[in-house]
Amino acid sequence: MKFLLDGVPRSALVLLALFFAGLLFAPMVANDYVLVVLVTILYFAYAGQCWNIMMGFAGQLSLGHALYIGLGAYITAALYVKFGVSPWIGLFPALAISGAVGALIGFLAFRFGVSGVYFAILTIAFAEFARIGFDHFTWVGGAGGFFLPVANYTQNDFFNLRGSQRMFYYILLAMTVAVFILCHLLLRSRAGYYWLAIRESPEAAEALGINIFRYKMYAVVLSAALTALGGVFFAFFYNNLFPEQVFHISRSIEIILGPIIGGIGTLFGPIVGAFLLTGLAESLREVMLRLGVDLPGVKQVFYGFCLLVVVMFLPDGVWPPLKKKLGLDRDTERKEG
Amino acid sequence: MTTEVILKIAISGVLTGLVYGLMALGLSVIFGVVRVVNFAHGEMMTIAMYLVIVLFSALGLDPLIMLVPISAVLFALGYLMQRAIINPFINRPEHSQFMLLVAVAIVMVNGLLLIFGPDSQGITTAYSFDSFDLGGVIIDAGKVYAAIAALLVAVALFAFFRLTLTGKAIRACADNYHGALVVGLNVKQLYALTFGIGAACVGAAGTMLMIVTDVTPAIGPAYTLLAFVIVITGGLGSMPGAIVGGILIGLTEALGGFFFTPSAKTMFSFAILVLVLLFRPQGIMGRKTA
Repeated sequence: MKFLLDGVPRSALVLLALFFAGLLFAPMVANDYVLVVLVTILYFAYAGQCWNIMMGFAGQLSLGHALYIGLGAYITAALYVKFGVSPWIGLFPALAISGAVGALIGFLAFRFGVSGVYFAILTIAFAEFARIGFDHFTWVGGAGGFFLPVANYTQNDFFNLRGSQRMFYYILLAMTVAVFILCHLLLRSRAGYYWLAIRESPEAAEALGINIFRYKMYAVVLSAALTALGGVFFAFFYNNLFPEQVFHISRSIEIILGPIIGGIGTLFGPIVGAFLLTGLAESLREVMLRLGVDLPGVKQVFYGFCLLVVVMFLPDGVWPPLKKKLGLDRDTERKEG
Repeated sequence: MTTEVILKIAISGVLTGLVYGLMALGLSVIFGVVRVVNFAHGEMMTIAMYLVIVLFSALGLDPLIMLVPISAVLFALGYLMQRAIINPFINRPEHSQFMLLVAVAIVMVNGLLLIFGPDSQGITTAYSFDSFDLGGVIIDAGKVYAAIAALLVAVALFAFFRLTLTGKAIRACADNYHGALVVGLNVKQLYALTFGIGAACVGAAGTMLMIVTDVTPAIGPAYTLLAFVIVITGGLGSMPGAIVGGILIGLTEALGGFFFTPSAKTMFSFAILVLVLLFRPQGIMGRKTA
């Protein structure tokens, strides 16, 4: 583990430790509302980190990540409700199927040299396909939605993921930390360096003897499976699933806003972006509540403008310049981190 | 299930497809020249559609007459968008342009939602309930007028690009960016013009579409996707391809909706998209390029 911290300035470690401690103890002081906001933030940080593996590391723009969230959610929820299978067991088929779907999309695209915008459209097409498909899939409720049984839990049933928000918060925190460490390790691995090479120049990477098809596939499958795990959480936390919401393209875009605003390809980007966006959205909600304004769409218009400003003026996202300002760069010059 | 019914469905699919084709033509022109994928395309069309609603309820104008002023407004919108926000992104990476237009699209959808509310709105013209009877096959008059108008606009656009000096200059920019700069073309200006023309196409298409359908703010992204599907099917950057793709997708959706369930009709166009991407990635009419 020690090599992960090589060259990281002491001030950065202290900040990171404080930040983590803050997250760890937050539920002790937070009320229910703040806890739900924190869960939302962590959810987007987690999903954003998963998306980042594909786009930020390997340079493959996916605009259909809602597909994997939805598959993970529906598969575990259906197994639990219909057959009483614990989500801890159900997540294996869910991850496997999502990974396989990712592999299918990747195989179709990369075999035939579909890349860039075309690839992005293909990912949207599959997500939309799934949305309409699940709308007509009556076994899991179709367009009417699929619901998990809810009761007032006095005790946490960890094995069946039924319980208090606090339990969900800690599960999600563990997931976010785990995927963060995983991405950190990946970036230091052979695959990570290959991905960055493919992102920067697929032709050059191929000329150097990298099997770009295989490594792009690794990125897609890994990203899809990990995102599906986020879907498992989504299903058991929110307890209701509607194809129109779960698979909708705006869900896919929501997932990718965080990493883009935070900084594509950086490890902290998705986390910073999730905090910024959700924080902004919640503050805006609060301000509107105080002013007594209740207009649908205001929040999204505001989101849109934030995105516009970041994309126009901070092309690398918020985190890279922020990191520089805080003096948290590694001693050794590295692009990620 | 008689032949007449199937024929009626097929013809009305083709007619709607022509309007779709005009919408996709705008996207294709923009991509072919400016090399920017306009991810706010359908949202721009919903703006045109709401303009129709406003003009219709205020002045009672016929959509066929509104065609010109609304296209002009959309032209101005496209021109300004290119000048003000898209131009600095011309040399940025693809995903960066994509995100910029996603942001514009989000603002547009929700801006419309703020102004007009979430409910579906439509107009009823004097000929909304008219129809033609072609030997037992009954065709909606509105669809016929819309398709003819769309076709006329498309023909005018072809003529513009083939015959006028400005049109030729724009094609020169598309063929060879640096060459166009060298011979002294004002590429920035031509790009803005092109974006305006693409937007005007989508404005005309939106106006025509109001004759046959209703609009909600949330429908924008669906039309963007539809335009993409059509353009990729027909061949990105190919002008005839957009019209052919539009007809094909219009026909597929109409027949798919008829033989299966209407709510699943878009699945068929996505299936076509996947097939095209797999077996003919450059599109039906597209040239093979890198």
